[in-house]
Amino acid sequence: MVLDCKHVWREISNYIDGDLDPSVRASVEEHLAHCRHCAAILDSTHNILYLIADERTFTLPVGFSERLHARLESELEKSEPAS
Amino acid sequence: MSDNQIQSSSTTATQLLTEAEMISRVIAGERELFYDLIKPCERAVFLTAFSVLKSEADAEEVVQEASLKAYKALSSFRGEAKFSTWLVKITLNEARMRLRRSRADSEVSLEDFVDDGDSDYTPAVLTDWREIPSEALDRKELRVLLQRGLHELPEKYREVLILRDVRELNIEETAQLLGISIGMVKTRLFRARLMMQKIVAPQLRVQGKRYTRG
Repeated sequence: MVLDCKHVWREISNYIDGDLDPSVRASVEEHLAHCRHCAAILDSTHNILYLIADERTFTLPVGFSERLHARLESELEKSEPAS
Repeated sequence: MSDNQIQSSSTTATQLLTEAEMISRVIAGERELFYDLIKPCERAVFLTAFSVLKSEADAEEVVQEASLKAYKALSSFRGEAKFSTWLVKITLNEARMRLRRSRADSEVSLEDFVDDGDSDYTPAVLTDWREIPSEALDRKELRVLLQRGLHELPEKYREVLILRDVRELNIEETAQLLGISIGMVKTRLFRARLMMQKIVAPQLRVQGKRYTRG
């Protein structure tokens, strides 16, 4: 199966997740081996996902835990879990 | 320590309790144990609220409200899912309700018109890519660039991307939490990832040399 660039773009997400049939996967890889544009799209997408998964990218606001604890402390005194 | 055991800081120093034991004891009156139950879920619930609201301050308030709701409803928790899953679900509902309220009197969001039809999504076309290592995340400007990219996504795509690629839930967990099909998660994820690439990759590429020099 010969894939064009648009078809490969549609499969990039499933390719990253390892969620393609072996025959489609082989066709995608065949295309990537010869198309530097699609290879760069795959590499950049993969790289961005790797960076956003890093805990440093999205951290809790400073003082988040302390404020949550304080809020719970003040409110929980007024209410008990219904049993 | 196994998955269902939590180290309690409020009781004996190194005491390990299962989630079910902790919940029973909170219901029986050991209120302070509720903090230990919440603590391991903080990042997950914050990111869930943030994925809907895009505002750190609003997300933080929603987490506080959701935690209080969870406390009051604790006796109805049946233990069929993990406590964290239950709390995340409550948080997601709270965040969506807040978003709906904030939109109700103002405008109908353009996001409501972004459908899940079969329209094409075009990534940023590049000729090559120089990998940016995770060490570059020590630079605030890179973190801000990635955060802004995520902010630009429509809500339904941002939700899926945060659950799947930031929180690293699997496809089934993401589908279950959002109440949509596995196929819909995959479709939204494919679009979210390409949109993110289109927004962020050209900017990252311009600055790439700096990042890779370290």
